[in-house]
This record gives sequence, C-alpha cells and structure tokens, in this order.
Amino acid sequence: MRADRASTEAAAGAAREIGRSLRHQARWTIAEILFWLAAAATLFLLPERHLILNEIAIIGLFALSLDLILGYAGIVSLGHAAFFGLGAYTAGLLAKYGWGDPLLGLMAAAITATILGFATSFLVLRGVDLTRLMVTLGLALVLGEIANQAAWLTGGADGLQGVVMSPILGIFEFDIFGRTAYAYSLAVTFVLFLIARRIVASPFGLSLRAIRDNPLRARAVGIPVNRRLVAIYTLGAAYAGIAGALLAQTTQFVSLDVVAFHRSADVLLVLVIGGVGYLYGGFIGAILFKVLQDVLSGLTPQYWQFWIGAILVVIVLTGRQTMTERAKSLWRRVAERLTHRPRGATPAPLRET
Amino acid sequence: MLTIVFDGIAYGMLLFVLACGLAVTLGLMNFVNLAHGAFAMAGGYIAALLTSRHGVPFLATLPLAFAVPAVIGVVLERTLYRRLYGRSHLDQVLFSIGLVFMAVAAVDYAIGSQQQFVTLPGWLQGRVEMLGIQIGLYRSFIIAVCGVIVIALQLVLTRTRFGSRLRAAVDDRRVAQGLGIRVDAIFTLTFAVGSGLAGLGGALGAEILGLDPTFPFKFMIYFLIVVTVGGTTSITGPFLASLLLGIADVAGKYYVPSLGAFVIYTLMVVVLVIRPQGLFARAR
Repeated sequence: MRADRASTEAAAGAAREIGRSLRHQARWTIAEILFWLAAAATLFLLPERHLILNEIAIIGLFALSLDLILGYAGIVSLGHAAFFGLGAYTAGLLAKYGWGDPLLGLMAAAITATILGFATSFLVLRGVDLTRLMVTLGLALVLGEIANQAAWLTGGADGLQGVVMSPILGIFEFDIFGRTAYAYSLAVTFVLFLIARRIVASPFGLSLRAIRDNPLRARAVGIPVNRRLVAIYTLGAAYAGIAGALLAQTTQFVSLDVVAFHRSADVLLVLVIGGVGYLYGGFIGAILFKVLQDVLSGLTPQYWQFWIGAILVVIVLTGRQTMTERAKSLWRRVAERLTHRPRGATPAPLRET
Repeated sequence: MLTIVFDGIAYGMLLFVLACGLAVTLGLMNFVNLAHGAFAMAGGYIAALLTSRHGVPFLATLPLAFAVPAVIGVVLERTLYRRLYGRSHLDQVLFSIGLVFMAVAAVDYAIGSQQQFVTLPGWLQGRVEMLGIQIGLYRSFIIAVCGVIVIALQLVLTRTRFGSRLRAAVDDRRVAQGLGIRVDAIFTLTFAVGSGLAGLGGALGAEILGLDPTFPFKFMIYFLIVVTVGGTTSITGPFLASLLLGIADVAGKYYVPSLGAFVIYTLMVVVLVIRPQGLFARAR
C-alpha cells in the first residue's frame, strides 16, 4: 500500500518535473528574440538582398520541415523534396488557372502535401533506415517522373510558366525587388516556426524524441509509436508543401528542379550544417548554405558542388554531433542563459537482429 | 520479344556486376554506401579515355578498369570509410553523398561534362541472327563475361575458406569475430573487390548505360534497388533481382516508353513495403 502510494507520488513528481522542464524549454530566450528581430530588421536594412533573403527564408522553412521528421522523430528521408515539389506545383497551378490569391495557394499546397504525407507515412513506418531511405527516395522519383510526363499540366522540362499572383490580402502587390515576397515568406515562416516550437515543446514533442532515441523502449512505456510517427511525418510534409508553395508564388515559376534529387540532398545538407534536432538549425544552415553557395560559386562557378561535397565529408568525419553541440554552446553563451535541453547524441539505429 | 529478354538479361547481368560490391558492403558492415556508383564511373572513364584517346585496345583496358577502382577503394576504406562503421545511417548517407558530389564535380572539371564513348573492337560490333533472334555481339560478350564473374563469385563464396568466413561474417559479425575471423581484413578485401567489380561493370556498361559525370547519381537508385530488393544475405538474391530489374526496365522502355522509369520506381516501393527485408532474403 505504502509502496503504491510512494510510486504514485514519484510518478506525480516526475510528471511535475517534466512539465517544468517543458515549460522551461518553451520560454523565449533573449537570443531567440534577437534572431527574429534581426530577421525583421533585414526587411529594412538590406533592401538589395531581398531576393536571396527570400530564398533563405524558404530553404530555412523547408529544412525546418525536415528537421521535424529527422531531428525530432529520427526518420531518415532522401525524398523530402516530393512534398516541396507537390506544394510548389499546387500553388503554381492554382495561380496559373486564375486563383492567384497567395494565402489560398498556401492552404491548397498544405492540404495536398498533407494528404500525400499521410498516405505515404504508412509506407515509411515499415522497415529500417535503409528501407525508409529507399522508399522516400523512390516516392520523390515517382513524383518527379509524373511531373515530367504530365507536361500538358506542369510544362514538363520547360517549367510551369504564366504564374500570376494577386496581391496578398488584396493589399500588398508583389514587386520585382522581392520586398513584398520576402516579407510574406518571412511572416509565413515565422508563424509556422511558432507552431513548430509549440509542438516540439509539448508532451507530444517529448514523446517523439523518446521514439527517436529508442523506438523499442518508447513502445514499452506506452507511447503509440506508429501514430506519433504518422502524425509528425504528415506535419513535416505539410510544412514542406507550404515552403514549396512559397517558392512557387514568390518566384512565379515552377520547374522540375523542385522535386529533383539534389533538392532533397541539399536540404539534408542545410539541416546538417545548421544542426539536426534543433529548431534554429534549419535557418542557420540555410544562411550558411546560401552564403557558401555564393562564395564558392564565385570562386569556381559550376564546380561548387565539389566543395559542398567536401564540406559534407568533413562535417561527418569531424563529428556532426560535436559540431552541433559546439554551435549550441556558443548559442548558449551568447544567450548567457541555460536553455536546459539535455540532449544525448542521436543514437545509432538499432540493428535488426 | 526474345531480343528484349536477351537485352534485358545482358543489362541485368551488368547491373549485378555493378551492384554486387554494394550488397557485400551493406550486408557485412551495415554500411549504406551511396558512393558505389562513383567507383563504377571511375572504371568507365578509364576504359573510355584509354580507348578513345590513347588507342589502347578495349580488352586491355578492362583489367585496369578493375584494378584502379579497387586500389582507390582500399585507400578510401582504410582512411575514411573505416571511421564510419559504427555511426548512424544518416552519417553514412551524408558522407557518401558528399563523396559522390566531389567525384561528379571533379570528373566534370577534369574531363568535361560531355558524354564519353568507349571504342569497341570491330569483332564486338554488330548483330547476328541466331534461331530467329537478333543478338547483339557486344551484349553476348557482356553476358559471357558477367556469367563467368557470377560463377566465379558463387564458387569463391561457397567453396573456399575465404567464402565461408565471409558468409559467417555477414550472418553474424560479432560471433564471427569471436571465433577469430578477422572481419575487418575480410571487409577490406571484399570492399576492394566490390569496387573493382563496379569499375569493371562501369567499363563494360559504358556502351549501354552511357557515361557522363552524372553517372553515379543516375544509377545510384538502380544499385540500391538491386540490393534492397535482392537482400544482402546471399549472392543469388541480388543476382535474381538484377535480372528482373534489367528485363523489366528494357521491356518497360520498349513497350511503354511514355511511362519511363515510373514502373521501376513504383515496383520498388511496392516490393519494399510488402517485404522490407528484400524479395529473396529470408526474414531475419
């Protein structure tokens, strides 16, 4: 009897502890606020860079979507561009055939990507890392092939042209300097980031990390592993779809490039540069990636892929985790405040035995 | 019809020679090596450059197309790959994609992005009519060479001491190690042979598959299909998978060209969903 009560008390204590830690995590640090203030400031301070900043915001959002499934749930995907591309084509086609309202396009892209994400999440549940890799890669390839073959709809290899956007909310017209576009992308990205932040710091997000760290144990303590994975995969797909829609709307063009393999590989690289399992990783990675791309393709146009490859190899060899940790400790020091996020190294996946 | 089957078999055997090294890497070290195609590309370029620029006879380039990638394989395995065995699949994927990016850009830089051609000797060109089937001489040559390789591999695996050690290591690495089998030495050797065979396959296949700097990306998916569908526990699994893939691909391109590679990818996804451990492997 007493033992019973003791264990209930312990459980209640643990729950309180977890709640406190989650609340602690959900608190905004100064560095975070500064980050978003700086992002908002670029709207006014760097007017000639808006086109590239717009791209950075979109890639950052795309990387965030991948981080939700890879960094928080541990699903390795080599075909995340499938959702990005689907969102881009959805928004682009809608705008081409008369529904040019940007927010409507975003909604539609989110819905189609969600449907595809939900449908394919069941395929991803099966098997180990390698199977997931192949299935996600295969799905992206199939989608790319469809986009290529359905040239009457998507324009095939020539790309989708004639995308005309109406003003956002009927007020803000898209201009050629990308100012409206950047403000729009940044706003959407920020809103989605807030939602992701809330999700990650919820008990749901905690259970995802438990699954990532040890699926077997997570199942044993009563977490519905498959349902959680389906949910987060679908969410990640929706985010990717919205990112794709943003790209289509702000560049007013969609090409086969949006579903290409290198886009899936690039986003993985962006996330790895910035840090996996860390909400700002995608954004930091996107900034670094774009700057690197700029510098490297200035040095050796056309061959900058070589350096990207070299960077990947070096990052992996020097230890992806330690680099993330290093960046984080720097982040913490800047914040002068512990974010208190105990995070072990991503565990090696369980070998099938 | 039979010509298609014949071409498909040639294509499939080629795929097997290209991919069998990958099967071993994956089965033995649980290492996802997406850079396997880069070794094949190396072999292909050696054959293409030597025959077209230096006039070396095609057959003489084949041993080199085997040896050079094998040596590169050993060097890379000893220096880089080795560090990643215990790491997560994500790390391995990132690492090998990085290698592919580097290889692709380096070849593009050094040789150029145009398509390369292997100059074949006259006696391998053309077709003959046999029993009412059109048979390409070069394709029969490929089938013969690859057939010899397959038989040799099967004999080495089943009849030699090395083969039994290798099979033991693939089945259970830890127990094999406990029995005193030097798994890492075996692995270096098989990695070298696998890379070499990929190079040989690349040289043989340059004529059929086409050869340009994007080769590793274009065929990465095919190698992976062979390995994941065929399973990694035996050599017959990947072999059957390659034949199936080769025939299906050639037939698909012939009968429904508009669907392109669609059929193959869809089939792969379906197979993997139904049997994640591979079509011919027993469940572990």
